Amino acid sequence: MRVMAQMSMIMNLDKCIGCHTCSVTCKQVWTNRTGVEYAWFNNVETRPGIGYPREYENQEKWKGGWVRNKRGRLQLKAGGRLKKLSQIFNNPNLPQIDDYYEPWTYDYDMLTTAPAGTQSPVARPKSLLTGQDMDIKWSGNWDDNLGGSQETAAQDPILATMSEHVKMEFEETFMFYLPRICEHCLNPACVAACPSGAMYKREEDGIVLVDEDGCRGWRMCVSACPYKKVYFNHKTGKAEKCTLCYPLIEQGKPTICSETCVGRLRYLGLMLYDADAVLAAASIENDQDLLGAQRACFLDPFDPEVIAAAKAEGMADDWIEAAQNSPIYKLISEYEIALPLHPEYRTMPMVWYIPPLSPVVDVVSNSGSDGEDARTLFAAIDKLRIPVEYLAGLFSAGDVVPVELSLRKLAAMRAYMRDINLGNEPDERIPNAVGMTGEAITAMYRLLAIAKYEDRYVIPKAHVETARELEELGCSLDTDGGPGMGGPGSAGHSGPYGNTVGMPLGATVDNYNEMTGRGANKGSPTAPTTPGRVNLLNWNGGGVPKGMFPPVADAGSPA
Amino acid sequence: MTAWDYLLWVAFPYAASGVFVVGHLLRYRYDQFGWTSRSSQTYENRLLRWGSPMFHYGILMVIGGHVVGLFIPKPWLEFFGVTEHMYHLGATWLGSFAALLTVAGLAILIYRRRLTKRVLLVTTVMDKVMYVFLAGTITFGTTATVLYQIFGGGYDYRGSISPWIRSLYSLQPDPSLMSDVPFFFQLHVLTATTLFLLWPFTRLVHVFSAPLGYLVRPYVVYRSRDNPRGAGSRAPRRGWEKSERPLERSRK
Repeated sequence: MRVMAQMSMIMNLDKCIGCHTCSVTCKQVWTNRTGVEYAWFNNVETRPGIGYPREYENQEKWKGGWVRNKRGRLQLKAGGRLKKLSQIFNNPNLPQIDDYYEPWTYDYDMLTTAPAGTQSPVARPKSLLTGQDMDIKWSGNWDDNLGGSQETAAQDPILATMSEHVKMEFEETFMFYLPRICEHCLNPACVAACPSGAMYKREEDGIVLVDEDGCRGWRMCVSACPYKKVYFNHKTGKAEKCTLCYPLIEQGKPTICSETCVGRLRYLGLMLYDADAVLAAASIENDQDLLGAQRACFLDPFDPEVIAAAKAEGMADDWIEAAQNSPIYKLISEYEIALPLHPEYRTMPMVWYIPPLSPVVDVVSNSGSDGEDARTLFAAIDKLRIPVEYLAGLFSAGDVVPVELSLRKLAAMRAYMRDINLGNEPDERIPNAVGMTGEAITAMYRLLAIAKYEDRYVIPKAHVETARELEELGCSLDTDGGPGMGGPGSAGHSGPYGNTVGMPLGATVDNYNEMTGRGANKGSPTAPTTPGRVNLLNWNGGGVPKGMFPPVADAGSPA
Repeated sequence: MTAWDYLLWVAFPYAASGVFVVGHLLRYRYDQFGWTSRSSQTYENRLLRWGSPMFHYGILMVIGGHVVGLFIPKPWLEFFGVTEHMYHLGATWLGSFAALLTVAGLAILIYRRRLTKRVLLVTTVMDKVMYVFLAGTITFGTTATVLYQIFGGGYDYRGSISPWIRSLYSLQPDPSLMSDVPFFFQLHVLTATTLFLLWPFTRLVHVFSAPLGYLVRPYVVYRSRDNPRGAGSRAPRRGWEKSERPLERSRK
């Protein structure tokens, strides 16, 4: 047994209102740069729908993820190592930029500089690839809220598998939102496909990252990821992906998408797993057994044997404690209501979802029945094949049993808690019908419905004492084309990591802790009184930062 | 021998070799971020799908042929029973096939780069300079082969060019070997030398990161946060180029 910790996320889909705040804040932080205009590390899809990039789930087309070969061994779907290398000059499975969309801006300049005329000036869309006028035909969420889905929804790969017995009656359709980030898989296909070995899984927290220095732009990761969550920066020629906001996670703070989530539907926490068991679990024969196999890889953080093994691996006590308090562990292993997205890709994804009960509740309520009555809801879950089978196509390789079980637990919680809220005698038969106790249901309700900040995010800080000594290291993100460009690293600029010249500081916990105190000028007695001046307490002695001296007076006037 | 002979066949090759070696070392040391193949596949794939593999497989064969022809002395091959006639036949016909593949591939790639607007806009000045010398080298080499080897009586460059190159590497340069070499071979050697001089400053550096290690390494790579190669642990270096939008670029 090799105990490893994985920082994981769970999203409660019932609470997603499709506001895209997560996508927008993520974009502002990570991909507001040339070369990744089209990249959304976080995106929100309307389902049914074809997703972003278009039809990314159709692995017969894109050849993402793993397959089990005839000898029972795991192999990348696009082929073995030699085949991959032979295709290095032209990756046949690489999505084109038009499969995402052609990025554009508007000619806003025209609005203020157009000469006076009879018509109002307009800002025309301009391609960010060619600078030419363009017609906008697609974008990251073009089929938002089923818009235009009469044209496109038939291409939804999940619906395609169901088409024999499901007719798309759009008047009676159901829909829900699916926010997606990188899955930070236990068995990442992108990492396995990288010819340069520049992609890696962090030993400490399992975050999958791209070493921007090591990346040589072979593009194999982009096509190997079945979720299409590695993007090719067409300006720098390097791969980029969701980082799970590791600079925040290391400080014990939630990711940007979680922090800004309006519906508070995201949970972050550790999951302990047995790294030695992952390969065998991912190689299991039947697709529908993969969910169970992955659950079996997870370790019980309360088990003394697991604790001893974790300590032997050098895991700190506060990390074990965080694993015990992890909302992820509760939702995946204790309540068993969270499910992985597309376990059949065999990458062992670690961003899981609580399937939405709302399509079922909506149908029940619209039919005039009681949408909070346990028996009505249970019956509806059994009867409403379309949403349940669709959810099974997303979350359990088509097996409806785990989805039904999860939905029945949510329905039971809804019914049981209503009685309590109305002051009635709670009916213990409801939780018993789904194999739970009233106590467990109440605890689950607190986690899902009250969802306190400190319950949603149980994130242990990275251990500085195990990190390298406090060198003044640079941040790999501060280069040209990096998300941190012009950030704290640039001389004379003041950022969250303080005000420096010369060697910039790395975006690491150690530096953050050291700098937050002196970097924050608000109300500090040591802050410079003149705006634009340098706080000398932050000056590291190298070079002369802008604003160190007051502006030079005109040559003629006396000083 | 004139001063020109010394300049072209001694000084220039040594200068180019020096720049090649030192340039690569410096670039590798200071510009890891810029060290990439800078693929434009996401912009256009219909032409690239044919052009790129044709060119790359062709040029790999060409490089293999050059290694055999230039660096293995004639007596060594003869020791293994490869006679001049056998060598000539093999080099001419295999070489012609490789040249055909390379030239056709390169033609597709240049056509694509020039006529696909998206690709043209991300082409740097250095790319263009590199294309001139790359295309020049390949064109002159092919011309020489066609003129002298196929239609001419066959020129034994293993008696002149090959020993000249080996004389450079043994630090006993002999420019006299090159003075009577046919014109197009001379031109081919000179453009190739210039290409080597430019090499470390172009995207051609990606040749030296051919990922052969992929065949033997474990599939899933783990790295520690403490690893010096881990995230956030390196001083930032200048990137390949300033990242700017095509709008700004086209307004210039």
